[in-house]
Amino acid sequence: MTETAMEISCQELVELVTDYLEGALAPEDQDRFDSHIAACDGCRRYLEQIRVTVTLSGRLSPEQLDPAAQAALLQAFRNWKGERK
Amino acid sequence: MEHALPADEMQLVEALRAGDERVFEQLVRMYQGTLLRVAQMYVSSRSVAEEVVQETWLAVLNGIDRFEGRSSLKTWIFHILANRAKTRAQREGRTIPFSSLGDSEPAVQPDRFAGGHWAAFPDDWPEERLLGDETMRVIERAIEGLPPTQQAVITLRDVQGWTAEDVRNALELSETNQRVLLHRARSKVRRSLEEYLVEDA
Repeated sequence: MTETAMEISCQELVELVTDYLEGALAPEDQDRFDSHIAACDGCRRYLEQIRVTVTLSGRLSPEQLDPAAQAALLQAFRNWKGERK
Repeated sequence: MEHALPADEMQLVEALRAGDERVFEQLVRMYQGTLLRVAQMYVSSRSVAEEVVQETWLAVLNGIDRFEGRSSLKTWIFHILANRAKTRAQREGRTIPFSSLGDSEPAVQPDRFAGGHWAAFPDDWPEERLLGDETMRVIERAIEGLPPTQQAVITLRDVQGWTAEDVRNALELSETNQRVLLHRARSKVRRSLEEYLVEDA
């Protein structure tokens, strides 16, 4: 098989991005991915945007508990603690 | 494989056993939102999910003396949640959703490509807008709009920063399915960001 026949297209690359970032690509796919990315500005930008998406998601603050549920949980905790004595 | 818990986690467990309320509150703050999101994968409504999470915390307290530290505390808590939620889902007559990976849309709309290559490169994201508060709300809404299984995986991986292994254990997913779900979720959140950040996307 020729080199060209083994190349991946941009459309294929965007579906491999997660496997790439997870280190889950087979070695030959990893090579194809790397050489594509080295030569393609569009895919480099796409990969960068996925990285930014992941980074920004990590800055979301987790949902907070509403006060009633919080109070109920603390009450449950105190009951539990009381029963242990 | 790590067998021993990190010292700080064992301290948490000891404090909990001793009845330290602040430690309990800290754990609740840390995991409540994520527990709710995971519970909603299994059960039909937000209110049932809240009940399941409440039951989980009680089970954590009642089981803490038996916790042996063979898994991380986090994994143990999410295991309890998954078991409770499954029992509840069965009672509701719902099938467990992990056989389903949600939808299978392509990461990028096919009309963005011509002959497999970008018809036009993805637009640059303007930094000013990217770093604005509204961007965070766009991400939040995008995650909330995902199918429940994708939502759970991206929440644990990217919002909470869990490892792939922890997520697979907590959600009882295969390596491949964990990745497929993460891939679909991230692709869609990126797309929502693009729609927001690029005026004429």
